[in-house]
Amino acid sequence: MSDTTSGITTDTDPAGSPERTVPATARCVVIGAGIVGNCLVGHLSRLGWTDMVLLDKGPLPNPGGSTGHASNFIFPTDHTKEMALLTLESQRQYVELGMNSTCGGIEVARDEDRLEEFRRRMTSATAWDIESRLLTPAEIKELVPFINEEIVLGGFYTPSVSVVDSLQTGTLMRQEAIDAGALSVFATTEVLDLEVEDGTIRAVVTDKGRIEAEHVVIACGVWSPRIAAMAGANIPLTPAVHQMADVGPIDVLAQTNKEVAYPIVRDMDTFCYERQSAGSMEVGSYAHRPIFHHPDDIPSNEASALSPTELPFTADDFDDQMEQAIDLMDMLGDAEIKYAINGLLSLTPDAMPVLGETVEVRNLWSAAAVWIKEGPGIARLVAEWMTYGYPQVCDPHSSDIARFYPHEKTEHHIYARCAEHFNKTYGIVHPREQWASQRGMRRSPFYGREEALGAVFFDARGWERPQWYESNADLMDRYPGRCEPRPHEWDARWWSPITNAEHLHLREHVGMVDLTAFNEFDFEGVGVVDYLQRMTVNNVDVPVGRSVYTPLLTPNGGFRGDLTIMRLGATHYRVVTGAFDGARDAYWFGRHLPDDGSVTFTDRTSGICTIGVWGPRAEAVLAKIVTGPSQAYDVSQAGFPYGAVRDVLIDGVPCTMFRISYVGENGWEVYTSTEHGLRVWDTIWEAGQDHDIRPIGIGVYAVTGRIEKGYRLMGAELESEYDPVEAGLARPKVKSAEFIGKKAYLAAREAEPVATLCTLQMLDHAGADGTPRYPTGGNEPILTVDGERIVDAHGRVSRVTTAGTAPSLDAYLLLAYLPPEHAVEGTELRVMYMNELFPVTVARVGSQPLFDPDDKRMKS
Amino acid sequence: MRILVCVKRVPAPGARINLTADAQAIDTAHLGFTTSPHEECAVEAAVQLVEGHGGEATVLTLGPVEAEEQLRYAVSVGMTAAVLLPIDGADWDPQRTAAAITEVVRRLEAADGPFDLILFGNESADAGNFQVGIRVAHALGRPMVNGAKGIAISEGAVHVRREADAGQETYELPLPAAVGVKEGINLPRYPTMKGRLASKRVEVERMEPDAETGGLRMVRLQRPAERASTTVILGRGPDAAPAVVDLLDELGVLA
Repeated sequence: MSDTTSGITTDTDPAGSPERTVPATARCVVIGAGIVGNCLVGHLSRLGWTDMVLLDKGPLPNPGGSTGHASNFIFPTDHTKEMALLTLESQRQYVELGMNSTCGGIEVARDEDRLEEFRRRMTSATAWDIESRLLTPAEIKELVPFINEEIVLGGFYTPSVSVVDSLQTGTLMRQEAIDAGALSVFATTEVLDLEVEDGTIRAVVTDKGRIEAEHVVIACGVWSPRIAAMAGANIPLTPAVHQMADVGPIDVLAQTNKEVAYPIVRDMDTFCYERQSAGSMEVGSYAHRPIFHHPDDIPSNEASALSPTELPFTADDFDDQMEQAIDLMDMLGDAEIKYAINGLLSLTPDAMPVLGETVEVRNLWSAAAVWIKEGPGIARLVAEWMTYGYPQVCDPHSSDIARFYPHEKTEHHIYARCAEHFNKTYGIVHPREQWASQRGMRRSPFYGREEALGAVFFDARGWERPQWYESNADLMDRYPGRCEPRPHEWDARWWSPITNAEHLHLREHVGMVDLTAFNEFDFEGVGVVDYLQRMTVNNVDVPVGRSVYTPLLTPNGGFRGDLTIMRLGATHYRVVTGAFDGARDAYWFGRHLPDDGSVTFTDRTSGICTIGVWGPRAEAVLAKIVTGPSQAYDVSQAGFPYGAVRDVLIDGVPCTMFRISYVGENGWEVYTSTEHGLRVWDTIWEAGQDHDIRPIGIGVYAVTGRIEKGYRLMGAELESEYDPVEAGLARPKVKSAEFIGKKAYLAAREAEPVATLCTLQMLDHAGADGTPRYPTGGNEPILTVDGERIVDAHGRVSRVTTAGTAPSLDAYLLLAYLPPEHAVEGTELRVMYMNELFPVTVARVGSQPLFDPDDKRMKS
Repeated sequence: MRILVCVKRVPAPGARINLTADAQAIDTAHLGFTTSPHEECAVEAAVQLVEGHGGEATVLTLGPVEAEEQLRYAVSVGMTAAVLLPIDGADWDPQRTAAAITEVVRRLEAADGPFDLILFGNESADAGNFQVGIRVAHALGRPMVNGAKGIAISEGAVHVRREADAGQETYELPLPAAVGVKEGINLPRYPTMKGRLASKRVEVERMEPDAETGGLRMVRLQRPAERASTTVILGRGPDAAPAVVDLLDELGVLA
């Protein structure tokens, strides 16, 4: 729909004077003057950017986006590191600007399950150093005298919960850039088009003129997809309704004479909150049915009764929440509903923001799907990203716009996933929780076989991967005492003891693992060696038929990727990387391709399927079926050494075999064309029957096998906050070729590491009530024996990055970075899990595996 | 007392009112709906009268089934019963609307006794025909005053005050009577949460309206030309003062 401005302006800011025309050129145009756009121009200005233009189609200071109607409160505790750090950084900025009013906040429980979640929140609060405590109903009543304490079981109280003034914060940050002479602002200025030339953003066309720009940032909140589409880019989010009603006046609130005097109450089990707003109470809900609007169907400022993002309240959707709110605070029942809206906010398919350079258009940036609580922090992150080539405030792994695969950017996917997670906004979400919607999007050729074998499928970015196989349940009897169920339901959720049995079977016999979710990228051309040398830490100029395991670094030396590269020919390499990072890696490689055409990049993921065949009998199994073009083939270590890559035939089918292992066993990754896959699976399966070959799930591949070997995982141990020296992945020598992050890498090698990745072993699993507990590996803090947090010299907290059973060691292991004084083998520490402390010991400092430390099994 | 209030469901637009492509209606794709402001005041007046004198207050509308939303809203602020005269499609013309309401009022009064007072809004917020109230009152043979800015009941009569060019007019009408209420007579209350929840439980009585089409036809709606405005900056800070004085002088507002 057309959204033309009427020429009638309600603008009081001289920046919005309608007769002003925009400048013809700018270094950077930021579209959207909400919390993100305003803070972004402020941060860019601090980082030295000048010649910037900020546009908004609405008037200032409140142009009518989601910032203008936000409830503006911050509960800082989050289970994910990225969101917790961005929220804390944002709160720090609000404090710095004097825009933060601390009021405290209490999450209250009505259900028993929630109390367990509060113990988990206490654990995360400890990890991020957020003072919090659990409250009894009587203690809640003391802080919130008007609450009905009889229906709550307990509370999670955070004194630092605050309310912020997001509009004024935006105004101050914008003004800072204006005062620095770095910014001109145009309100009531509508973007009509984005011009793209050779895949690079060229200009912004507005109703007040055209601006040629080097960089353009879309910070348009719920309108972002619509603006991105003008450039042929995709920002996958949907405007969604969050209902909010303001009820009052209420004497007990009015008498405080404050905007907010009482702690904000989150009624977690009804997915609602009650937040004082001067003399009245705002009741907000995430409990109603998911209500989505298309960005093209949001009314203009002029056609809106309130504002474009304050849509008419659909009262029927709120009635249940009213009853629940009155149950919790009876006084709300007699207060008048003065203002109620269906407020629009942005939802994404995975509930994380959408940040970074768009994959479609160079120098066109997205800073979208951001809420008030994380806005200023994200503005800083994006500003750093634009300035330094990568953010420094934290790893943007889960927010990176490049993370999405094509099927994840469709409206179909966005609506399905957002509908699924909307009611989980206040939900209890398990770290291993699986999506129910949009399943079966990508299936390997072996899917039917796996299904028949009782595979329990987990989602890996659309791929269906067997996590374990029910058909392997019989194996548990062979390993008595080593495949015990976990007594606590939370620890056992999305997990099976069959994984332990599969693991032990693999170590004694042989198994096959479906690895089709791997991404394979082929790079070819005369410039390929120089190009890949520039991208990687380790030397890729190896003989044809050899492979390299290597990190990719950010410009300041942190992990940007972690993958394997095979040299298939003199000018032909194949990169293999995981499903969870494939799309981000594809972007990173593509963004750095030389402009001269000397290297081509082909994503071969869909054309290739992969089976891992590992175990002491793997060689025997494959020896029966692998041949060369016309004769038998030597698959012994002598003929086909570890790390080698060979083209072979398996029962006549062309395959590429790669002798490598992520589980620490002798064997191969076997690659073949997708259409050959089923035949190869069946051939290996038949050949393996004499050796009791079993299908093995990702539970072994990604957790138990990996952790016994201390193998690091991108996104868990390997993040941009850490470098290869700290992760124990620095090689003895540094290649002479230049590469991204080299300077920082060399510096890190010279310095003493301030943290080292260690493997810890749990010494006792018994919780306070005697129930054995098994940490899930979700950022549980590592503490001293006195319960003190451990923080390294760079301010990074020691926390669990991966946790899992090590069945072959009869141990439960945790990976965590520790500063030098604690990174000493044999040191006893504590891990906090569900607000209890469990004893652990440092079993290994650095990357040497606990299981088979000399890698004899893989290499002999 | 028994009071009846007749209301109409109307769109709640923003500053700019968009029309449907055929120019026959307001485009309500993004709009909420409300009760005409005069009628909101009529509801408030009825609720206050019942609070003061006891009795019951029924709210009635002729409109789409969605108009139940407006009926329940009226109940949520204190009306005690609700009647819906459902129609399909576009608004009925005022003659037909009035005839249908008249007929339903007769049926309601035959069943439960006469209404002492029937309140209307001065005019509807969207069509603004100024007809339905007076037509109903005339058909029922009851006295009516429009433009009411004050209503009081005493000794079998309703005292109505309205504003005239120079002063006020006061009327006394014997009950039963009808009154057209004008916005500003009171400040309508918002519903409470409990009121809202109570309104969900009220049974809205449905009565099929039946009346002949009247003579008034709408050809089409047309948006008036937008009043373009330009902003002239007279200056900034104290330096702007002389220009402001000149302007005020030009406008003739200085003595």
